[in-house]
Amino acid sequence: MQSRMVELETRNQDPQGDHGPQERNYILSLHDVLMKKSILNYNGGCVVAMKGKNCVAIACDLRFGVQAQTISTDFKRVFELGPHLYIGLPGLATDTQTVLQRLQFRIKMYEMREGRRLKPHTLMAMMQNLLYERRFGPYFVEPVIAGLDPNTKEPYICALDLIGCACEPADFVVSGTCSESLYGMCETTWQEDMEPEDLFECISQSLVNAFDRDALSGWGAVVHIIEQDKVTTRTLKCRQD
Amino acid sequence: MVEENERPQAGFQFSNFGRNEALVARGFQMPKCRKTGTTIAGIVFKDGVVLGADTRATEGDIVADKNCCKIHYLQPNMYCCGAGTAADLEMTTQMMASQLELHRLNTGRQVPVIAANTMLKQMLFRYQGYVGAALVLGGVDKYGSHIYSIHPHGSTDRLPYTTMGSGSLAAMSVFEARWKPNMELDEAKQLVRDAIAGGVFNDLGSGSNIDLCVITKDGATMTRPYDVANVKGQRVGKYEYKRGVTEVLNTVVRPIEIVSETVKVVSEEDMDTA
Repeated sequence: MQSRMVELETRNQDPQGDHGPQERNYILSLHDVLMKKSILNYNGGCVVAMKGKNCVAIACDLRFGVQAQTISTDFKRVFELGPHLYIGLPGLATDTQTVLQRLQFRIKMYEMREGRRLKPHTLMAMMQNLLYERRFGPYFVEPVIAGLDPNTKEPYICALDLIGCACEPADFVVSGTCSESLYGMCETTWQEDMEPEDLFECISQSLVNAFDRDALSGWGAVVHIIEQDKVTTRTLKCRQD
Repeated sequence: MVEENERPQAGFQFSNFGRNEALVARGFQMPKCRKTGTTIAGIVFKDGVVLGADTRATEGDIVADKNCCKIHYLQPNMYCCGAGTAADLEMTTQMMASQLELHRLNTGRQVPVIAANTMLKQMLFRYQGYVGAALVLGGVDKYGSHIYSIHPHGSTDRLPYTTMGSGSLAAMSVFEARWKPNMELDEAKQLVRDAIAGGVFNDLGSGSNIDLCVITKDGATMTRPYDVANVKGQRVGKYEYKRGVTEVLNTVVRPIEIVSETVKVVSEEDMDTA
């Protein structure tokens, strides 16, 4: 998400002057990817989360690349942190893993100290502190949180930017290299009070169709549907190009 | 080694700074922090102050949040509107709210608005403008009604009416034309509403709804939203996917089983004090 702004600014500040509309290339060369050389785009990947009726969904793609080169296609960036609590960490893959480890440490300390389960809203506050602590030397991740409140069973979704500014909308949150396409898909397909089955179709189609327009993400997807009594994890059949 | 233990430390951490600088040296762009284009405003009226803000949060040219809250709580008699880097505003106001609450508990009296102003400007000056928070602070105390504008580098002004953010010029033009001393409440609310609407309609960084916060000596009332300037149209068609259209490779269902459940009934009888 942030990187787009950077791209825009580099385009504007380009000493070569105005290039006009970007030309379309059929061969994605390394140079094309280097053109948008943002750290957040280095490995690729995207995450989306949606609210439904008494349920939430969170989904991610599976590509792990180094710029234009695909390294692996089973890289998960959505992690389980509790029975009803999931977090997606798209961005620089090394930071995805480091932030996850630091977060797991803090969660364990919290749950031991407090003797109770972490609420999604508390996880958001924890994440805010973790990221804002490094305001001037950030981790390059833009987390997405999805879960059900352990007490009220209220659906909860939230997205943070890389220095910990949280946004808690009523509908959906997106993050990662194809967030613009995801905004478009979700804005069209999302409806209020979807049942878990409809929510699955909605989030899956939004994600798959969005990342099919992004060279840096795709290669499979994992969708978690979180309900009060169960969590359904589905792997989707996707294009492998 | 303290950091490796994740023991909480005061202040900012700079351990990633060297790595991030090395990445920049290799030609990577640092993701710039989210700057919110904003219209925020505050005026003094007869019985107190009115604060106003739009509700758009942006990331570059994308609208990230269509209904975010930019009027932050500091004290029951004091609120603060914020423009600038979104995370800085959120954390600065949270931190200041707790500092002011501690101040209130230590002194045992209502915190004067000028105390909040001084604490905010000292903090922002200390960070030399790197904490990018532009604030409109408003409140009522025993000395009267006050509006302060606080700039990211730590300079402040005490004014009867002020605006901040990318839509500040649009909003200020409304104030310059129509603000007058000792306005009535309804008139003051309408003026702030119109000033923010000036930003919403003429500044691309501002948009969506208009939030107001009225503070008098009797306390504060937040109205969120005060006015929906852009009502979303009703969608006629439905863009639904039928169940089963998505091809699934494998499904794992994990039931969340309740191992034990204890219900403790609390009877309402008097405590045994015998």
